[in-house]
Amino acid sequence: MSAATDLMNYALTGAFIVVGLCQLMAMVRVVIGPGTGDRILALDTMVVNAIGLIVLMGLAQGTRIYFEASLIIAMLGFVSTVAYARFVLRGDIIE
Amino acid sequence: MTYEIIALYAVSFCLIVGAIFTLVGAIGLLKFNDSMTRLHAPTKVGTVGVGAQLLASIIYNGVFGEGAIQELLIMGFLFVTAPISANFIAKVNMHRRACDAPPALPTGEEWATFDLPATDNALLEDKIPSN
Repeated sequence: MSAATDLMNYALTGAFIVVGLCQLMAMVRVVIGPGTGDRILALDTMVVNAIGLIVLMGLAQGTRIYFEASLIIAMLGFVSTVAYARFVLRGDIIE
Repeated sequence: MTYEIIALYAVSFCLIVGAIFTLVGAIGLLKFNDSMTRLHAPTKVGTVGVGAQLLASIIYNGVFGEGAIQELLIMGFLFVTAPISANFIAKVNMHRRACDAPPALPTGEEWATFDLPATDNALLEDKIPSN
């Protein structure tokens, strides 16, 4: 039991580190991205990574409070990506 | 007892797989050298990366807490919306001329992606007198 628990704790810590690193790498792409599409794509990736981080936090703390937060962030991320893209495509969000 | 040990190993496996796929997606987003090529890398993050982490959460809560599978809602929502947002971002890349333009239409019309908004078309028609 203790070996498996240790393995899960190590995997959880490693997943936190890796997903946080990926968040930073996506942020680098937001800053240096040469085009508008790259920046929108990197922001979309950051939203998905944030969902992963929140799920990992709920797993680490053993609580289910964060489930609603990650669901709302998933919906808001999709809507904001579509809003950015439509603003670039049409010059307006709701015509 | 052994059931819980197997569940812990499964949770660890899902976490490691999710972390690896997230890292692959982020490296691809950072290292690829073309806008349309960069579009394909973060799809791994959206499907397998977050999907494996949500699966780990489902297994952990199913074995050690009261079983709940609401994470399937997030997974389904991400799987449904990822192609739509990717399509929009590809259209943005085409619109900003960040990639090769599609071939011209044989009918001489413009592709709908490059069409102007309706208000701009009305302004153009006002400006150009029609005979």
